[in-house]
This record gives sequence, structure tokens and C-alpha cells, in this order.
Amino acid sequence: MFDSLSNRFEGIFKRMRGLGTLRESDVDEVLAEIRLALLDADVNLHVVRGFQDRVRQRCVGAEVHKALNPVQQVIKFVHEELIATLGGETLDVSHPAKPPTVVLLAGLQGAGKTTNAAKLAAWFKQQGRNPMLVGADLQRPAAVEQLRTLGASIEVPVFSEPADPIAVARKGVAEAAAAGRDVVICDTAGRLAIDEEMMDHLGRISAAIEPHYTFLVVDAMTGQDAVATAEAFHAALELDGVILTKVDGDARGGAALSVKEVVGRPIAFSSTGEKIDEFELFHPDRVASRILGMGDVLTLVEKAEQVYEEAEATEAAAKLLEGEFTLEDFLEQMRQLKKMGSLQNLMGMLPGVPPELRKAEITDDRIDQVEAIICSMTPQERAAPRVIDGSRRQRIAAGSGTRPSEVTQLLRQFSEVQRMMKRMGGKGSGPARKKPRKGRKGSRVTPPGGRRNKPGKPALTLPGLDDGQFDLSSLR
Amino acid sequence: MVFRRRRRSGEAVGAANQSAPDSEVGPKRPHEPETEPDPESEGAYEPETGLEGDPAPTSETEPERARIRDRLSNARGAFSGFVASVVSRGIDDAVWEELEEALILADAGVGTTTALLDRLKEEAKAERITDPEDLVAMLKAQMTQSLHVPGLELSTEGNPAVWLFVGVNGVGKTTTIGKLAAREAQSGRKAVLAAGDTFRAAAAEQLGQWAERSGAELVRGAEGADPSSVIFDAIEHASAAGAPLVMADTAGRLHTRTNLMEELAKIHRVAGKGPGTVAEVLLVIDASTGQNGLAQARRFTESAELTGVVLTKLDGSAKGGIVMAVQDELGIPVKLVGLGEGIGDLAAFDAHEFVEALFSSPVSSRRMTPSHRERIA
Repeated sequence: MFDSLSNRFEGIFKRMRGLGTLRESDVDEVLAEIRLALLDADVNLHVVRGFQDRVRQRCVGAEVHKALNPVQQVIKFVHEELIATLGGETLDVSHPAKPPTVVLLAGLQGAGKTTNAAKLAAWFKQQGRNPMLVGADLQRPAAVEQLRTLGASIEVPVFSEPADPIAVARKGVAEAAAAGRDVVICDTAGRLAIDEEMMDHLGRISAAIEPHYTFLVVDAMTGQDAVATAEAFHAALELDGVILTKVDGDARGGAALSVKEVVGRPIAFSSTGEKIDEFELFHPDRVASRILGMGDVLTLVEKAEQVYEEAEATEAAAKLLEGEFTLEDFLEQMRQLKKMGSLQNLMGMLPGVPPELRKAEITDDRIDQVEAIICSMTPQERAAPRVIDGSRRQRIAAGSGTRPSEVTQLLRQFSEVQRMMKRMGGKGSGPARKKPRKGRKGSRVTPPGGRRNKPGKPALTLPGLDDGQFDLSSLR
Repeated sequence: MVFRRRRRSGEAVGAANQSAPDSEVGPKRPHEPETEPDPESEGAYEPETGLEGDPAPTSETEPERARIRDRLSNARGAFSGFVASVVSRGIDDAVWEELEEALILADAGVGTTTALLDRLKEEAKAERITDPEDLVAMLKAQMTQSLHVPGLELSTEGNPAVWLFVGVNGVGKTTTIGKLAAREAQSGRKAVLAAGDTFRAAAAEQLGQWAERSGAELVRGAEGADPSSVIFDAIEHASAAGAPLVMADTAGRLHTRTNLMEELAKIHRVAGKGPGTVAEVLLVIDASTGQNGLAQARRFTESAELTGVVLTKLDGSAKGGIVMAVQDELGIPVKLVGLGEGIGDLAAFDAHEFVEALFSSPVSSRRMTPSHRERIA
């Protein structure tokens, strides 16, 4: 499901390659795609607009990161902004001096209040508390029976009686206090935000039991209407947090962002499955990646950043442009690659990697071998591989535990890469090239090696490899 | 991503979450209902072939129509806000933007919205439309046309006819069956309700209470029983008892749970092996569902070929625009709409009403406080 967004970005990646600064028009272009992604993820349109503005403000004039291209950088800003918006303050459940802690659950029909009342009770139980459930949903047929069955399965008592929900709630809290229970969770009937009578009634339940925590239960599959719902419930109840349910589906969960934006209260818990214990504290970063729909690309952006030290970047770029690409550099690149994790994983994460390459078995073993071979060379040999003759080759092979033919193979590959690099440094290519590059690391030019890829597909771009135009498949 | 990966490991044991059957809870009904088959009544059902299929509006449907419109307008106010702001000027970019906004806020999705507006632009140009009001009318007509397909009445083919209700958790499958059972009872058709949700705690009790209200029969198994066999039993029972209709409830399941979707495919298969015919497989979608609704429909129709959609909770502020994408991409029409929790709050889908309601002033922006509007503007 993440394919579409990654694909759309590839197009922009391609055109923007080689641009040094974040221009407003670039930012707008990326933001237009982000807008689509957010709307596809069901983030409310009004919320999307506010969000776009915030990201734009951060982007325009921002200094260009050495290891990231402009598109990646915008994505990074977007991601950070998403986490900031979704996270912020986290809910810290504290308990009053005089128990019980009263918790009220509210929401639309079918959001999952009853199920999550039981899940929350199980969670409190795990925290060493003695919860009690109160079934004040007397509207839906058999809602109380459902709560009783769930309560029995987690060994938590359930209070309810066929009376007015307000009276049931009040009595339930009194009952819990009398029974020495230190947490009471009150389930209520699902109601529509626009049903004034029912919302008023909910307000009266809340007034009767004065909850310490009021949670809105929101279905992760909710669309644009999440905002209206959250506003109405917040106005009636003053929410303390949100429980996001059914996140085990494939909905992107944009509702989380909408609700957070409107209510300004944390998303406290998420329900991740049908089982009672599939319920956890909310992780904003996970949902942020999911809303954006490109978790893997983000991971890559982060990894590239971590691994690439700017000094190295500048130096490598300078050499590269002068055509002085030595075996040392080659080794360094390999090590960078290794630091980024398993090559196979890396390939899978990159947008635009041709399928042949994805399938090609690039093993970390092969990199180890390359490393061993290069390390067995003298500095002189590394700087000028031309001097390597038969006997040197024998020595290197023996030193690295390889065969002479493998040394030859590596040298042949290296000289090809070197030739390619020279050509790259010599003349820029591609329409994206707008201005001469001066020793800057982020040079993004399509080298000849990239043309192996199908037309229309951008060349493989490994940030840690400075456009990574090694043909990795030939390393076999 | 993380969520999906984490879920995989738990799938195989999805059904293990069963809480023990609580035998003391709720009214227990005999597995084999005692009603004798009534050979005479069987024939009497036959002339009634459709629910809303009657072309001449009878005195009964008129008040119902009025009530739906009433409810929808209650929920949305008059559809003044949007159109009023548009009609006061010519067709400029702002008009297109507002149309786009209205469609997206109704959960139509970016894809459907773009397709609709592109087509509208072409036609408006061809017909030299300059008045925004005409433009809106044209758009509404296009949307109504694409949503209005013939044969929206539920099929009663088969003896008994079996209607299967499927969907994700919490959309209102059980409630829909309850309301529909009452409606069938009113038109003199005896229905057997099959409590095929053997997973959720007290789901059978919930259906049982609806059965009591509507005078339908309930066939249920133990909690945790094989839903296919419960539904099969219900069909056999209906056949023996001469009831012309079986409405089968199923447990809510997320469409991403492979094992549960396979279970559904089995239910569908087994239901077809009984004496009756699976006449309808209805996907129940909550009107507040966003873009995920399309993924739901896609996966559900893979497992159990859907014949229609029931759009529930349309009495709220959500507009259910995702059904347009479902109709467009999968050709699965909306057949029924749910308008509340009352036993009578169910109506045949009316494309015209739906589209009008969709363009009523967007509730979400109407409700926004000025300070909030400022913050996110």
C-alpha cells in the first residue's frame, strides 16, 4: 500500500536531483504530494492545510542538509512535524489520593467502547490496580452482557442494572468505592456527536461521576468526520485523551492526527487487535510513518543521516569530482553501506531499485570479502592499483583468504567504477542540472551506470554512496 | 508498516481469544425453534418479490421518504452554506476549490473527487455553463446517475433466500439485521436470524433481542462455535419451517486478517450448499469510514462476492462519500441506508437524497469555533 506514494516521490526525486537549495517551488511540489498522502490517509482537509503551512515555514530557507537531497529533507521535516503533532505531551495516568480513579469512555456507535473498556481494565490490572467495570450502555441490546462476558474473562467485576444510565454510573462508582476497587471504568452508549439530547445526557453522566479521566474512543478507520466528532465530544466532556482502536487493519489512521489537532489532548492508547491484551500506550512515531505512508523511505533517510559524516561527505565529493576515486574510497563506501544495515534490506527500502537488482543476492559476505582484499593491499597498491602484478595478486589473495581470480575480478570492477566516476565528474548530465556544482557532496547526476534502469525510473540513489552509482549487482 | 508486521504473528491464534461461553447470560433460545412449518403461508410470500421494488409509491413509502429527508436535514441543516457561497459569483478557481473541498470532506477521496471534477470541467466547457448553480446541478446529476443503478431491491430468490451480512467490527451488522427483520415482518415475510457472530461476547444475545422485537426466529450456536455450521443449521431450519428468508449475521472482521477472511469464504461456500440460495451478500459500511472503506470492499468481495452495500449511521454528520469509490471501482451499489438505532431506522438507498445530503454545508467546518478555524486555517 505504500507503493503509490513512494512512486510519486520518485518522479520528484528525479527532477530535483542536483538542486542545492530548497526553493519554494520545490517545497510546494513536495507538499502537494504530501497533501495527497495525508488526504488518502483520512487526515481532515482543514488539518492538512494547517499542517502544510507549518511544514512550508520550516522548509523555506532551511539550510540544505549535506546528506539529504531536498525531497528527502522535506520528508524529514514532514515526519518530524507529524510526530510533534501526534506526540507532544503524553498521558501520565496518576491516581487521586482518595480512590477510586474514575474513567469515563465515550464515542460513536461501533468505535469499540465496550471492548476497550475491558482492555483498559486489563491494562490497569497489569499496573497492579483493582479495576471495576460499569456498564452504562443500556441502549444497545446486550451491551451489558458483552461487558459482563469480557469482565469475566479478565476477572474484573462488572456493575450494571436496568435503570437510568446516570444512576447506574453513579451507583457503580459508589459500589466500587465500597468494594475497595481503586479504578472504575464506565462504559457508555455510543452516540452521534450531533445528537444534542444524547450529548447532553452524556454531560450529565460525566457531572454525576466526575471522572478523573475521560477518553474518546475513535476508530482508526474514521474519515473526515473525525474532526466534527472530536470537537463535539470535547465540548461536552473536556476530554483527557483518546483511545485509537482497530489500528491492526490497514487504515492509515489519519483520524489520529485530526483528533489530536482539534482536541489538543494526547492519544493515550491504541488497540492493536481483538485480543484483550492487544492494547498499548500510543506510539506517535509509528502512526506518523503510517500516515505518511512511507515508513521505509523515512527509515532510509534517517539512516543516511546518521551514517554520513559531513566531513567525509565533502572530502569524498571533492575526490570524486577530480576523478581521484581510489580503492580507499571504494572501501570507505562499502563500509558506509555496511553501517546502514543489511544490503538486502536496504535494497528493499529504496524506491526505484529495479527488480533484477532487488533479487540479486548481494550478501554482506561479499562486502566482507571486498574489505579483506582491499585491506590486504599496501597503501601504494590502494592508491594506484595499476602496480598490482601476478605476484602481488598472489600475496593479496593469500592475505585476504581469497583466490587470485577474485582479486582480479574486484580490480576490474573497481576500474569500471572509477571510469564511471571520472565521466561523472567530467561532465554533468541530465536536465535537472541547473548550476555547476562545486565540491558539494549532494551532487545528483545520473551517471551512465544509472541508465541500466528502465527509462522513466530514476537511478538507484543511495545517500550514503553519494548517488550510489555502483552497479551493485556486478559485485557478485 | 510496523503495525502490520506485528499483527501477523497473532493471526493464527485469532480465534483463540474466545471467552468462555457464558451460559447464564441473556435469553437462551432453543437451537431448533419449535415453530411448525406452515405450508399455506409459504405461497402467500411469493407475490412479494422486492422491498422497494414496487414502482408505484404506495402510501407506506411516502411518509418514510419524508422521514429520511427529515433526518438527513436534521443532521446537516439546510444545504445552504455551501451552495449559497457559490451561487453569488461566476465560476472561478474558488468555485472549483469549494467543490473539491465539499467532496473531500464527504470522504469521497482524492481520486474520485479529481475524476468527478475533471469530467465536470469538460462537460461544463462543452455546454458553456457559466452559472455556478448550474454547475453544481450538473455535478449532482452526474453523481446521482453513477450511484443510481437498477435492481437496488434485495433479491428474494431461493427458498429460503439467504442474506449474508459482512463487514469490519462495529459497523452495525447486527443492528441492520434487527431492523431489516422488523421490516420483513411488517410485510408479512417470516425471517430466520442466524447468529453467525460466534466470536464477540454477547453478539447472539444482541441479535436475540432484535429477534424478540421483530418476532423473528433466532438460530444460534454456542459461543465459539463454527459460524458456517450455525448458518447452515439456520438455513436448514428455515427450509423445514417454510420461512422464506434467512438473515445471517457474521462476526466483524478486519479485512486484513487473512484467516478470518478465509473463514468468511467458507461461510459463504457452506451457506450455498444448504437448501436455499445465497441471494445477497451485503457489506455493511459505517458512514464515518474514510478511504479504508474501499480496501474493505475490495477484500470482502474477494472472499465472498458482494452484491451490495449497507451504509449505516448516515444520520450523523458523516456523509459516507467512500461508497462512490466503491461503486465506481468495484461496481458494488449501495442498497440500504441505516439512519439510527430505532427499529424503523432503515431505508432503501436513494441516490438523489444521498447526493443532496452530501452537498449540504459541511458540518465539520460549520461546527468549528472561530479560534480553531484560525489555528488551522
